[in-house]
Amino acid sequence: MQQFWQNMSVISTEHFLILGVVLFAIGVFGVFLRRNALITLMSIELILNAANLTLLAFARAQQDMRGQALALLVIAVAAAEAAIGLAIVVGVFRNRHNTNLDDLTLLRY
Amino acid sequence: MTENFPLYLIIMLPLLGAALNLLFGRRMGNSAVSLIACGAVASAALVATKAVYSLATHDLPPSGMLTDQLMAGDWIIAGDLKLAAGLMLDHLNSVLVLIVTWVALLIHLYATGYMEHEPDYARFFGYLNLFTGAMLILVLGDSLPVTFVGWEGVGLASYLLIGFWHQEDKNASAGRKAFIVNRVGDFGFLLGLCILYTVIGTLKYSEIGSHLFELRLPFWLNWPAGYWVAILLFVGCMGKSAQIPLYVWLPDAMAGPTPVSALIHAATMVTAGVYVVARTHFLFDMTPAAAQMTVAGIGAVTALFAATIGIVQRDFKKVLAYSTVSQLGFMFVGVGTGAYSAGMFHLMTHAFFKAGLFLGAGSVMHAMGGEGDITKMGGLGKHMPITRWTFFIYCLAIAGIFPFAGFFSKDAILAGAFASRFTMAENAPQWAKSLIDLYPYVLWGMLVLAAACTAFYMWRLYFMVFTGKFRGTHEQEHHLHESPAEMTVPLIVLAVGSVLAGFIGVPEIMAHAFPESIAHTLTFFTDWLSPAVVPMSPEPHSHSVEWGLMALALGVSAAGIGLAAKLYRGGISQTAVDMKEKFSSLYRLLWNKYWVDELYDLIIVRPLKVLSRVLWQAVDVVMIDGGLTKVGPAVVGFFGSVTRRIQNGDVQRYLIFVVVGAASVLFFSTWWLPHKGTMGKTTVEKRRVTLDLGEGKVKAGRLRFRVDWEGKGEWEQSGFTTLFHDYPNSGTYNIRVEAQDSQWGFTSSNSFPVKVE
Repeated sequence: MQQFWQNMSVISTEHFLILGVVLFAIGVFGVFLRRNALITLMSIELILNAANLTLLAFARAQQDMRGQALALLVIAVAAAEAAIGLAIVVGVFRNRHNTNLDDLTLLRY
Repeated sequence: MTENFPLYLIIMLPLLGAALNLLFGRRMGNSAVSLIACGAVASAALVATKAVYSLATHDLPPSGMLTDQLMAGDWIIAGDLKLAAGLMLDHLNSVLVLIVTWVALLIHLYATGYMEHEPDYARFFGYLNLFTGAMLILVLGDSLPVTFVGWEGVGLASYLLIGFWHQEDKNASAGRKAFIVNRVGDFGFLLGLCILYTVIGTLKYSEIGSHLFELRLPFWLNWPAGYWVAILLFVGCMGKSAQIPLYVWLPDAMAGPTPVSALIHAATMVTAGVYVVARTHFLFDMTPAAAQMTVAGIGAVTALFAATIGIVQRDFKKVLAYSTVSQLGFMFVGVGTGAYSAGMFHLMTHAFFKAGLFLGAGSVMHAMGGEGDITKMGGLGKHMPITRWTFFIYCLAIAGIFPFAGFFSKDAILAGAFASRFTMAENAPQWAKSLIDLYPYVLWGMLVLAAACTAFYMWRLYFMVFTGKFRGTHEQEHHLHESPAEMTVPLIVLAVGSVLAGFIGVPEIMAHAFPESIAHTLTFFTDWLSPAVVPMSPEPHSHSVEWGLMALALGVSAAGIGLAAKLYRGGISQTAVDMKEKFSSLYRLLWNKYWVDELYDLIIVRPLKVLSRVLWQAVDVVMIDGGLTKVGPAVVGFFGSVTRRIQNGDVQRYLIFVVVGAASVLFFSTWWLPHKGTMGKTTVEKRRVTLDLGEGKVKAGRLRFRVDWEGKGEWEQSGFTTLFHDYPNSGTYNIRVEAQDSQWGFTSSNSFPVKVE
């Protein structure tokens, strides 16, 4: 039992990457399947953070600070994106009293 | 030897003035506009004067110059073409810089009076400043392309100013004509630049002289490259400086306001061609002297041709325009016979008296309420004394009467033409050589005739305008007045220049009569230019011949003036009317300017119009509007009707396309390469099996290969796509191949069965 915990306590790069893949997959499927625009936005955040985690994992593995810097940049961009996305969702809701993506298909041929 | 000097100021100040006046001039008052315009040119003139002073006083060798880099590094980089942009000031262009800045200043001042009632005041001064800046780029450029930028810039400014009153169709088309005719010349100029760059790989003035060997090598038609370059540059000069056959735009250019005619179409821009020939004189000096002979010949023909037209014209400015064409011909004879300093000297003196003549014309037309027909004038002398007496001085100067400026400069050109000798190719036949020996005398004779015509038509103009009785309407007569001070002061300054300018270029034999210290000043101009343009060594003539030539030229001019006085003094005499009747066919020929405009219209303009109409009706209307514009939309529409079905507005569907697309691109790009790497073929040669992997589509080194030749689990590693193995025994083997992408780590495997004998 002690041995198991010792093994688990060593977190290697692979662990981070697996977590990143899982988060990414959850995010992608969230974007695909959920109809609520807010949940979709949150899923996108999840995808971005999966990418961030991967960046940090490699940065740690290779002792390269550039990965950390890039992750900070991603966080900043994600914040901006979330602000704009939420503003759009709020705007849409005020107009249509609805954020269901299936009903928001005005821009079509 | 060179020295740095902020020459860019000389260019930038007028351009800055132009920018201010063109952008904000409408919102500023007229006085602010004139202050900016005149201030910009005045400061440019001061900087230019300081620059020339530095050039003259600094410890530079005579061939030294001031330079200025316009931009760090190269200006144009395109393939093998590398050009730097810089400015330079040496003994040759310092003359022009001073003329351009100071004459421009005088004319700006004059224009503040002449244009005072103009509603578009700021636009006029903006263009005028733009012209000054472009002209200074032309003059100060240290290489042909920089000069060409200025060359095009002055062309643009000229076009804008000729058509300044574009509300009238006549003025607008005169501007277009100037632009299009100049385009023909500019094409030649540009072609000359291209050939020059191809042959010697540089376009800097200071470097052309050291590449004469390459320029002597045969180019097109086995003629030396230098000859082609010289002739093509001269084609450009023909356009800009209004020489036959491209002179036709200049008389029409008189549609512009008179200060423009004085500055651009008399004193500065049109002399650019003379400057370029003098600047690139290495090309024209080359033997055999075909280029020089072309330049001098065209100059002489133009001088005589335009002078004869000037005799019968009735429009004040038209007479002056043909006179300008003719005088430019004189200058080209000067530079074409190797008498560069004579040509440049005439350029300078001409700038004074011709600018003055135009400003005088402007003053007269200002008083006449815009009337330009000299048959409706007469007796204006008593109403406008300053204009009259300054005009009197200009007329003496242009007629070449001693001791006014025109006498010395024209005499220098005549002497240069008389003394010039043209070298033919060694193998030319004897008769051609002896014919060529006559060429200088032909040139000289034509110039003397042209000088006589010049004296006659200028004085005809003077007498018809300022003497006799007034021939216009009563209302005009009542309105006659002397012009305001801002117009008369430039007239007086230019008149003083027309008197004094000649004294720095006195012929040597005359200067020798004076003590050493004065003689030094008297030959100042030639001495100043001698380092920049190496004077040819013309055949020396005895002093009596030179005095004789001088007296002859003077006599011919005096005769012209005398004839004009007899026919036109105190009004148009009956003799003049009779002569017009008697030689009516000759009169019609001259009055219609030899029908050259009509000829060009017939052989160039009309065929072009017919061609344009055909292209419009056949190509544009039928083929493009009727065909292409229908086919294109049909194709696009078809694809659109198919693909627009996937635009259903569901954002999640779009995302699926994005993700699936990205994933498949990633997958395919990582899978394809190792997969292709394991494809290949085997060749068996006795016991040696050669394995050729990648089917020629995989670069060596991109993939890592592992090959198990005999199926025993012994792997050979390699980066090459061609591998071979010698089997110890015959039999059937199964070769296993693995390829790994060294970048992504993806692997693929394959196997090849072989049978070894």
